[in-house]
Amino acid sequence: MAEMKVRDLDLWYGDFQGLKNINMDIIENQIIAFIGPSGSGKSTFLKTLNRMNDLVENARVEGTIELDGVDIYAPNTDVNVLRKKVGMVFQNPNPFPKSIYDNIAFGPRTHGITDKNELDEIVENSLKGAAIWDEVKDHLDRSALSISGGQQQRVCIARALAVEPEILLMDEPTSALDPISTAKIEELVTTLKEDYTIAMVTHNMQQASRISDRTAFFLSGELIETDDTTKIFTNPEHEDTENYISGRFG
Amino acid sequence: MAERKERVMNGVFFISALMSIVSLVLITVFMFTNGVPVMMKYGLDEFLFGTQWRPTATEPQFGLLPMIMGSVYVTIGAAVLGVPIGVLTAIFMAEYCPKWLYKILKPAVSLMASIPSIVYGFFALQFLVPLVRDSIGGNGYSILTAMILLAVMILPTVIELSESALRAVPRTYYNGSVALGATHERALFKVMLPAASSGVLSSIVLGIGRAIGETMAVVLVAGNQPLMPDGFLKGVRTLTTNIVLEMSYASGDHRSALIATGVILFVFILLINSVFLVIKNKGATK
Repeated sequence: MAEMKVRDLDLWYGDFQGLKNINMDIIENQIIAFIGPSGSGKSTFLKTLNRMNDLVENARVEGTIELDGVDIYAPNTDVNVLRKKVGMVFQNPNPFPKSIYDNIAFGPRTHGITDKNELDEIVENSLKGAAIWDEVKDHLDRSALSISGGQQQRVCIARALAVEPEILLMDEPTSALDPISTAKIEELVTTLKEDYTIAMVTHNMQQASRISDRTAFFLSGELIETDDTTKIFTNPEHEDTENYISGRFG
Repeated sequence: MAERKERVMNGVFFISALMSIVSLVLITVFMFTNGVPVMMKYGLDEFLFGTQWRPTATEPQFGLLPMIMGSVYVTIGAAVLGVPIGVLTAIFMAEYCPKWLYKILKPAVSLMASIPSIVYGFFALQFLVPLVRDSIGGNGYSILTAMILLAVMILPTVIELSESALRAVPRTYYNGSVALGATHERALFKVMLPAASSGVLSSIVLGIGRAIGETMAVVLVAGNQPLMPDGFLKGVRTLTTNIVLEMSYASGDHRSALIATGVILFVFILLINSVFLVIKNKGATK
């Protein structure tokens, strides 16, 4: 079970309100895409889901986000446990300047796994899960910075999978990649939804329509509408959504 | 007209760039032509491994081993004491320090770097020497005192360079590690610090270079006996202080022997700088 319920969420950066009264359900084993123009708050919203916004100075959140019924903004929340459950893949591939093996093993080691055989197994399974095992299995000791950008991003996905998250957040994971790498990642994401719940920010409308089950449209810090992807792209409720999707602004 | 100006300015830049290289070459040539003959005359063995320094005796002896060991001991001691404090301070300044404190700490560290070494020496003479004498033993003019003093003196070098090395590490590494559930500390010590390691190592090497070359502060507190170092609380003479103590009255072979002392120091500095360059290049190609 892994679902999130967002209720009456507001976020401020100092005096500026970045998110306004967001309500959303993120449903298990589905891919939900967040679309909207730059500055619409979609990335900001994504980062509230694993509290990466805590790292931003002056950021303040009100409202609740429940993960499997427990409010992640409750005072007794251990954010490190939360971030283990809610993994994240960033816009630009950011492997550590370590070997491929150590990149993947970093998370499990963080959470106390030291047994070499167990780590070997996790590394292999994670890299297989991210569809990059065959490409790197013969040089796991090579620096993760020595492989291509698309491979790096899949290593980062494998790194996120290695801590066995329930939910995977992806912040424009293909925007820095070439079309072939993008296609590989899209294919990967659609297979991942069998085991994970995925929320993905994307600038690419075709990408959202290709791979997501549901789509949420953000504008100026507000969530305009959330619906099945096919409905959003064929018959949206709001005029703003239709204008954005048809390319009239954004 | 414009083209002529270009050419003139080109020349000006070239000459400026040449100045430093020419000085370096001149220094090297001066050191070696003045220092090497006396080493040959009395034997390189005598200089490097002789333990007796009697430059004014009727049969002079120029054994520099006590001074070489003195320099090595105080430098290693300074590194052992100063490097951990310096690196941890750099981590504190880059990752833990509240803003208001940083505004005080940062200029304070910069100021430390620009205090003349004789002032450090006075401070050590008035404060460290009695402290060591009263709380640990000996007469206070000792290897230990020199080590502590040099540890303090290398702090600004280690702190400033390590801090900028840490700040140069992409923040995405930090975000990537906390997003996996790592604590602030784990992200710092397992990801950020290793990523900054070549810069941190460079800062340590430069700090060591500063310690081995320091003269005026050390001469005030080290005791300066030209004898093989024999315990932390005994006095010591380093290569640099050997030169400054005797240059004013030396002549003939004695004077040349002091320049030879400089040659040995010079070789040490060259070695340290080579290590620095190797580390830096290794970091750049990673």
